Amino acid sequence: MKMLSDYIKSLAMLELLKGLRVTGGYMFKKKFTVQYPEEKAPISPRFRGLHALRRYENGEERCIACKLCEATCPAAAITIEVSPPLPDGSRRTSRYDIDLFKCIFCGYCQEACPVDAIVETPIYEYHFENRVDAVMTKSKLLEVGDKHEAELAACIHADGKYR
Amino acid sequence: MDSLIALWEWLGTNLIVLQILIKIVVIVAPLMLCVAYFTYAERKLIGYMQVRIGPNRVGPKGWLQPIADAVKLMFKEIVIPTKANKVLFLIAPLLTLGPALAAWAVFPFSDGLVLADLNAGLLYILALTSIGVYGVIIAGWASNSKYAFLGAMRSAAQIVAYEIAMGFALVGVLVAAGSLNLGEIVRAQQSDAGIFGWFWLPLFPLFIIYFISGVAETNRAPFDVAEGESEIVAGFHVEYSGMPFAVFFLGEYANMILISALTALLFMGGWLSPLPASWVDGVFLLGDGIHWLFLKTAFAGFFFLWFRATFPRYRYDQIMRLGWKVFIPITIVWILVVGLMVVYQFAWFS
Repeated sequence: MKMLSDYIKSLAMLELLKGLRVTGGYMFKKKFTVQYPEEKAPISPRFRGLHALRRYENGEERCIACKLCEATCPAAAITIEVSPPLPDGSRRTSRYDIDLFKCIFCGYCQEACPVDAIVETPIYEYHFENRVDAVMTKSKLLEVGDKHEAELAACIHADGKYR
Repeated sequence: MDSLIALWEWLGTNLIVLQILIKIVVIVAPLMLCVAYFTYAERKLIGYMQVRIGPNRVGPKGWLQPIADAVKLMFKEIVIPTKANKVLFLIAPLLTLGPALAAWAVFPFSDGLVLADLNAGLLYILALTSIGVYGVIIAGWASNSKYAFLGAMRSAAQIVAYEIAMGFALVGVLVAAGSLNLGEIVRAQQSDAGIFGWFWLPLFPLFIIYFISGVAETNRAPFDVAEGESEIVAGFHVEYSGMPFAVFFLGEYANMILISALTALLFMGGWLSPLPASWVDGVFLLGDGIHWLFLKTAFAGFFFLWFRATFPRYRYDQIMRLGWKVFIPITIVWILVVGLMVVYQFAWFS
């Protein structure tokens, strides 16, 4: 008897019709697609994109060449060389390179930095035309930082209360 | 107008080749356009069913997408595998597309609007749709590739099973209509009951089986084991690229439109209006006409896309079981039922 009712059920294709109803219903649902270049998905202030080096308001570099970021970097993407002390006695880097091919964008450098110098920006639309361009040198990092300082400060401030 | 008709008749007597060519172009050109936009409709519909919006970048709302696809495929390189049989390799796609187009020769678009009013039209169509399968098998053989060969073997076995069910479903239609002429089959569905006078109602199991077999014949999901992209990459057409691939693609979609149109013709009253003839006879658009055929074809074609968006691929043995142990027995029983209905002039056949 069970066999017979199962047979009739499978002949009536009830399960298949149920499946068709699901997809048919979704056809009229609101679509999730974001029209990317015109529309963008919202991003968190913690977003970890392209790197930048920041300065103090008086234009002094924040980075003190403590090499904590270099030490913590799990991908060994950061290379730092220290310059001889400046006349006022402060430590500075003479070289600060981040190899973006090695970088895994984990954000540990930002976590490790005691002076909020190295940060990851919310910038995710960038490209390289040569392989060497993938190495972010100190000057390029500072340039990114100078350009987006207001935005970066706002992000760090917004995230500050959760740390 | 008169001079045009005179010119047409002059062509018929003096340059009959040109006249025939014009007739072919008049059928094939809109058909090719339909094929192109069927691919667009598929991408759009499946997109909608997956809660996204599908192609919308090329042209307004993406309407130029199929044109862009065609141009891209035309300019791509044709790669022929080193040890492939070149002649067969290039003939195979034509063998799938050719019959799918040739079948339209006997197709009645409206009362009397048919290129060749064959008395054995249905037989001709059955023969041509069977030839299309050779394209798949030859492609698999000529590619000299394991995946392509596996796809071809699967396709061959599947077609044998479903061709029989499809043939029997058509026998039911023949018994009901009493003619092999496609126009006559539609006229046999004309009654004052409108939509309820068509063959889908008395032949309901055959209608369903014919359509499902049609899906299997065209190697569409959920019967796309010949292509089986997740198991055997692309099956019979793994080695194809550029224009030969495009021709396969056109063939598949032309076949889908053909099966949809035949379903509309054989079971859904072709060009007949779904409203009772006595109400709407001669009324603009509500009366019989080619637009009804077009709507019914689009309706059947929609199901092809809906199936693809919904069902996972059948396992191979399940396909065989469905074909041999479910469809064929049901069709045989229902042919008997139809025969009895016709003999005793039951309802539809009085």
